[in-house]
Amino acid sequence: MNLVFLAVLVLLALGAAFGLILGYASIRFKVEGNPLVDEIDGLLPQTQCGQCGYPGCRPYAEAIAEGDVINKCPPGGQGTVDALAGLLDIESMALDAEDAAAEPIKSIAYIREDECIGCTKCIQACPVDAILGAAKQMHTVITSECTGCDLCVEPCPVDCIDMLPIETTLTSWKWDQPKPGVELIATDRRGAVHEGAA
Amino acid sequence: MGKVFAFHGGIHPPQNKQQSTGLAIQPGPVPKTVRLPVQQHIGAPAQPLVTVGQRVLKGQLIAEPGGRLSVAIHASVSGTVTAVGMMQVAHSSGMDALCIEIENDRLDEWVPHAGLEDFRSLNSNDLADFIRGKGVAGMGGAGFPTDVKLHVGDHHIINTLVINAAECEPYITADDMLMRERADQVIAGIGVICHMLKPSHVMIGIEDNKPQAIRALQQAALGNRHNIDVVVVPTKYPSGGEKQLIKLLTGVEVPSGGIPADVGIVCQNVGTAVAIHRAVAHGEPLISRVVTMTGDALARPHNMEVAIGTPFVDLLDQANLKENQLARLVVGGPMMGFTVNDDELPITKTTNCLIAATWEEMPEANPAQSCIRCGQCEQACPVELLPQQLHWFAKGREFDKAKNHNLFDCIECGACSYVCPSEIPLVQYYRFAKAEIRKEEAETRKADHAKKRFEARVARQEAEVAEKEARRKQRAEAAVKAQAVKKDKLEADAAKPAVTADAAAPVTDIKALKTAAAVTRTKLRQVEKALKNAENKGLEGVETLTQTVATLQTKADAAQQAYDEALNPAAAAPAPVLDLKQLKTNAAVARTKLRQAEKALAKAQDSGEGDIAALQARLTEQQAKTELAQAAYDTAESGEAAPAVAPAISAEQLAELKADWDAAQAKVAKAQAALDTAIANESPAAEKMKAGVAKLQAKADEAKKAYDDAASPVTAAAAPAISAEQLAELQADVDGMTAKVSKAQAALDTAIANESPAAEKMTAGVAKLQARLDEAVQALQAAGGAVAEPVVEPEPELDLKALKQQVSIMRTKLRKVEKAVEAAEESGEDTSELVADQAQLQQRFEAAKAQFDAEEAALVARAAEEGVDLKQLKIDAAMARAAVTKAERALAKVTEPDDQQEKLAQALEAAKQKAEQLNSTLSRFE
Repeated sequence: MNLVFLAVLVLLALGAAFGLILGYASIRFKVEGNPLVDEIDGLLPQTQCGQCGYPGCRPYAEAIAEGDVINKCPPGGQGTVDALAGLLDIESMALDAEDAAAEPIKSIAYIREDECIGCTKCIQACPVDAILGAAKQMHTVITSECTGCDLCVEPCPVDCIDMLPIETTLTSWKWDQPKPGVELIATDRRGAVHEGAA
Repeated sequence: MGKVFAFHGGIHPPQNKQQSTGLAIQPGPVPKTVRLPVQQHIGAPAQPLVTVGQRVLKGQLIAEPGGRLSVAIHASVSGTVTAVGMMQVAHSSGMDALCIEIENDRLDEWVPHAGLEDFRSLNSNDLADFIRGKGVAGMGGAGFPTDVKLHVGDHHIINTLVINAAECEPYITADDMLMRERADQVIAGIGVICHMLKPSHVMIGIEDNKPQAIRALQQAALGNRHNIDVVVVPTKYPSGGEKQLIKLLTGVEVPSGGIPADVGIVCQNVGTAVAIHRAVAHGEPLISRVVTMTGDALARPHNMEVAIGTPFVDLLDQANLKENQLARLVVGGPMMGFTVNDDELPITKTTNCLIAATWEEMPEANPAQSCIRCGQCEQACPVELLPQQLHWFAKGREFDKAKNHNLFDCIECGACSYVCPSEIPLVQYYRFAKAEIRKEEAETRKADHAKKRFEARVARQEAEVAEKEARRKQRAEAAVKAQAVKKDKLEADAAKPAVTADAAAPVTDIKALKTAAAVTRTKLRQVEKALKNAENKGLEGVETLTQTVATLQTKADAAQQAYDEALNPAAAAPAPVLDLKQLKTNAAVARTKLRQAEKALAKAQDSGEGDIAALQARLTEQQAKTELAQAAYDTAESGEAAPAVAPAISAEQLAELKADWDAAQAKVAKAQAALDTAIANESPAAEKMKAGVAKLQAKADEAKKAYDDAASPVTAAAAPAISAEQLAELQADVDGMTAKVSKAQAALDTAIANESPAAEKMTAGVAKLQARLDEAVQALQAAGGAVAEPVVEPEPELDLKALKQQVSIMRTKLRKVEKAVEAAEESGEDTSELVADQAQLQQRFEAAKAQFDAEEAALVARAAEEGVDLKQLKIDAAMARAAVTKAERALAKVTEPDDQQEKLAQALEAAKQKAEQLNSTLSRFE
């Protein structure tokens, strides 16, 4: 009887001790906010375009963390969807966009400066302050800051903003993926059998 | 001769070098035009300095460095600039780049140039800048800005200089021929570099397949002051790789991601050394280089010194190209070079070789087959990577894994592709993977940057909103403060004249005082009303309102007091010091008032409305006052005329003095009470009031003294002869207090009934009022008057307002219960209890209503008795109040002191008077 009593006491003491430790730990090591949101936000392209229906990338990241679907980011393309699926360990899905391209063409805004009337509407629309100008002065886009989010095109009253694809220059040019050669035979590749080889 | 180490892997492809070493370095062709790309190096493109049509001389700077990591471009021929624009350049992408095209005038006219007489007199920074100005870039293939490499001594300790003379790639013999023919220039160039970097040891790494060059170098290095070793290394591709050569010569491995300077080593190409020498010794910028023209499609393969920018076709012509045999034109070596399709492309600073290959020489690669995981690539890799693993990762787009397998250490030497039995273009996969990773990183960087900017923008917008809000609040606060200041001023205006009146009262503006007193009273009443309202509804802010009421009460008292005092200066001021002038003024004022009252009466009579009876009463009062004042003035005047003042003071005068004293004492007590309240409420006027109290006390003392003085000779005057009038005043005070207490008590009861949170506060208020009542009663008793009865119990007659409220409360409750009954009936519940409740409430409501009606009827009847229409009176009073506010506003708007303002002030005064009159009339009935 005494033994049983002792065992119960010991267990109670242990339970109390661990409870205290856990309680302290939950306060001491409390995590502010959802760390998952940061990770999701890191995968999003940060164009802040709002095409997902949220006001910016972080709100969408929060929504995804709350259980929203992951295929609402056209600027990120299929790559982002896949990356999100990998992060969240869920089935990847097709990008939810009309002209869904796996590799979206990156473009940036250009203001046809002759036509700009200096209304500052695009400046207010730009989420990253990439448009320079003042009232009644010509505006221009700081190309290095433009994320190509499209948000400035709609407010322009004279439609002088174009979204032009970013040109490939020698510095931005990159090698393509080599074609898997196994699908070809030598003659196909050469086009014609060379005299010397014949 | 130092010990030679070994690096991992490497291959031994056919050398194919002997074809181009048969001839000495030939002068290059004279080009018709040269095309100079602004970017022939690693780093930022140079910025063109010339315009189309401009004539340039040979060696003239035509594009300046576009940044720290950039290289200047010089004209390689004299002539005219024919184009500055996008032109095709020798690049694996086959894309266009910004170029400057110069038409050669074949005059070969040099820009004035001169070398340094003694470069040793310059410090290494100036020397590096001089070399930078000559546009020297690494000639080995990558084209790294040489001056940047010569600056590494700033941050690193360099103990070994490695001169790369390995030239390990097949076919290429440019460095070989250079060393054979210009070994002295190589050594001279090394001397310049040594002067700048101060290495303790110089090693020239050269492959053992160049015996002539080795001999030439050794001879040139003989007797050199620098510690130069020509180290012969075994021929193995890619021993000419910077890190591989360093490993070979020193056994030191350059860490991954690091530069040789991290291990105290700097590596320069022999061609670069020659370029440095020519720049320093002769002032010649880098405008030509030795290019190996080789390949089976050339009849005369050899090395030639070519002006930078010369088209390939000119070189091919000079080397006697067999056009029908040309299958492939390769820029660079067979291992790391690339194929171009256009022979109009220019030679650049990094073009060391052109291979015009026949089909047999460089056949098209066979289609790649599957990787069989043979591991040969791993054996060949000079960087000890896992090529097949990297290939799989690149193919599967698993770039993270590829990166983790040190993909970026790959030097793209092509050894793995060379040995691959499946002929997989491995290097192409690595280039692709590297480009993808770089792109991804760039995008991440850009995304982070965009995020930062976005967050900054959001923060800025939020700050702007907050600032706006703060400003708005500030404005509101300022408005409140301004109002408070205005109020304070008004209060001070009311208090100041009171004080002055107390002190001497020579120029009391009675009118202003009266107005102030009236305004304060009106305000007090308004606030009281609001308080009651708030209490009824149990709203918050009752507390503040209560405080406001208290403050206003004190203020009203003070104002009233001041007014009273001002009105009755004879009583306040000691009798002996009666000022004749003052008396005269008083008489005049009284007369004016009388006239005003008469006018008002006449007006009221004319319009047939208003409180005629009251006005009449006032008129009579005024008349009496005027007469009194006149009489006092007359007496004083006559007294002055006959200065023989009777020493004997009459009993009456004595009584008057006594009354004065008593009144002063009462005032002191009152003021003290008010002060106490003010202090309790932390009113800002407390200090002022304190001063007022002190003054009053002084005055009371004075009055006492006067009385004592007067009374001492007249022993008879012992009776406390307080005039009936004063007694009546005190009595009125007490009555007013009693009414207030009862009112407060009623309000408190209501509050308690409603369970208002302010009940407690109100209890305190009631207690305070009670205390004040007690004080008043005491004062009355002291004055000798009998208190009619101890007015502790609330008056039997309930306040009309309270009654009204009760009625409305009852009504509301009744309606609620009715609704509840209806709801209960609808839902079919038992309603008997509710119905009983309803009946009870109905009864109570009716009782309250009856009481209220009776009260109201009595009031109206009372008013009617005096010939007043209560309703009309109320409306008039409200309108008068509105008129006062309006006038005040209008006055506030007018800033310039002109007629209009005066007029407005007059109008305001009139409106105030009217409002006050009406209010006073109204207050009699409420």
